[in-house]
Amino acid sequence: MDLVILLAIQVLYAIASLALISVGLAIIFGMMRVINLAHGEFLMLGGYAAIVATSRGVNIWISMLVVAPVVVGIIGVIVERTIIRFLYGRMIDTMLATWGLSLFLVGLTTAIFGNTTVGISAPLGSFQIGAYRTSGYTLFVIGVAAVVLFGILVVLRGTRLGLIARGTMQNANMAAALGVNPPRVYAVTFGIGAALSGLAGAVLAPVSGVFPTIGVAYVAKSFITVIGGGAAILSGTVSASTLFGTINQLATFATTPVFGEVALLAAAIVLIRLLPQGITGRFFRRGL
Amino acid sequence: MTDRTLNYLGLALVGIVGAAFLVLTPRFAELDVVLELTIYMIMAILALSLALIWGYGGILCFGQAAFFGLGAYTYAIAMFNIGESTMPLLLAIALPAVFAALLGYFMFYGRISDVYLGVITLTVTLILFNSVNSTAGPEFRIGAARLGGFNGIPGIPPLNIPGNKAWVVDLEGMFYLATGALLATYFGLRWLLASRFGRIIVGIRENERRAELLGYDPRAYKLATFTIGGALAGFAGCLFANWGAFVSPTIFGLAQSAQIIIWVIVGGRGTLVGPIVGCIGIQWLTTALGANQPSGSDWWTKLLANAPFILGIILIAFVLLVPKGLVPTLGDWGQALLRARTRRPATGLKPKQAEEG
Repeated sequence: MDLVILLAIQVLYAIASLALISVGLAIIFGMMRVINLAHGEFLMLGGYAAIVATSRGVNIWISMLVVAPVVVGIIGVIVERTIIRFLYGRMIDTMLATWGLSLFLVGLTTAIFGNTTVGISAPLGSFQIGAYRTSGYTLFVIGVAAVVLFGILVVLRGTRLGLIARGTMQNANMAAALGVNPPRVYAVTFGIGAALSGLAGAVLAPVSGVFPTIGVAYVAKSFITVIGGGAAILSGTVSASTLFGTINQLATFATTPVFGEVALLAAAIVLIRLLPQGITGRFFRRGL
Repeated sequence: MTDRTLNYLGLALVGIVGAAFLVLTPRFAELDVVLELTIYMIMAILALSLALIWGYGGILCFGQAAFFGLGAYTYAIAMFNIGESTMPLLLAIALPAVFAALLGYFMFYGRISDVYLGVITLTVTLILFNSVNSTAGPEFRIGAARLGGFNGIPGIPPLNIPGNKAWVVDLEGMFYLATGALLATYFGLRWLLASRFGRIIVGIRENERRAELLGYDPRAYKLATFTIGGALAGFAGCLFANWGAFVSPTIFGLAQSAQIIIWVIVGGRGTLVGPIVGCIGIQWLTTALGANQPSGSDWWTKLLANAPFILGIILIAFVLLVPKGLVPTLGDWGQALLRARTRRPATGLKPKQAEEG
């Protein structure tokens, strides 16, 4: 019984971390049809922002939950204004340019921070489930993911900003005719996507440590999640991370973490073969 | 001059330059230069494999490094188990080809669009990297070969003349082999692209729907192109494993995958000479950056010697400013110059860039 609870928490954690690392990418992809290959580096920058802020004496919660998203969000807006905006509608060129950006950022952070892993210890200690102990931080990550997803739902469904964003997503020309400024919506959307990536990177930094090439570890998983989920931001992210997170964690539990990842990939390839438009291309079509 | 004569002139030029390079280099260059040039030749074959499937087939493959790495690892593992290089060489071509065919079947018959294709191939590369990287323990072995995880596989035996284990290819022989293979690959691809098959894959790249309406099955043609590209990359991987007598998982790494794409972008999609030029230029630049490791610890001097940083800037700059790549852009300039000279009346029809090179 205890083992079942522990396993359930582990599965929930796998789902939550997948959803967290993917949601920023999903927003940028779902709304702007831009594949941001520098996504992993946005997560990495979030991790560095949190660690640098914490080492300068900022409270760890503030540096994780406020400093990291703000810093990476600003970087995101700068990137959108200097590179991405010239490439809308040229999907492959966007991929290539953001890949260049990814290399650029890896090189830059290597030169500044060196090629070593830095970390902050996870706060919140651990607690007991029967014969097992598990970290309280695990539950915190699950909580953050839930809050982020719920927050996106509320913003998209309930606010004027969300309405404008959804309208622009559906038809940018019509939105422009109605007085919305699509370039500004794009810049803000890209910034928000980047900020959420920064938040995810910072929240996961105590678990995985931070080093300049850590983006590589994130980027594959988040892409597979977003593509498996399809274009709908929320239902896509949630459904795909639930599916892949469960498969990943159960395979990890049965074998090793590496085979967990391989199982995730294999599942993703089969899924895309069966549902080329992703899960939300066939199911939950009316979802966000 | 007609396009046809120009075409033959170009072919002859490449042949003469290649043959001269092949014969003269080992005679006049130092051994370390020959060694360096050999790796450029091997990488140029890899560049050509992507030039075929991306530049002509229109298949954006971010994972060409996967086939390259698979070829290198297959050769290494087979070599330790078999000891005579004929079979390992063939396996190093066949296994990546089979892998490409399986992956390609999933992607093309699933009708996955370009962008998704790029992401999937990239992911496959990363997963291969992760998998191989974690095989450091002694329990990970295939026959007599230990996989070695992040330590890689050292001491890979070199190729030998088929049937004679004692007669192995030495450093200079490797240069001849790699250069010869590059020339053969170039002319082979020229022939392939001039054939019916080549015309059809370019047609599919230009307009898949139209090609399909004409009765061709784009999925089958794309699969064939992808498989040939995979085999070629695997062959380059085999030569690479020979060159350094060493492979490690970085061969599957993101940096490696990125480089191949950058060679093709910089040189020019839709040409064969372009990717070779791009490859050799970028390789030379990377080596030069690596050789000039600064003694100072200023972060900006470190930055200028940092290969990903410089490559990233090059990639962004080319995508934004020179999207066609060097060789086609220079070709355009040359043609404009020629036209200005001869003042030929404009026909309104531009010659097709895609089928030259």
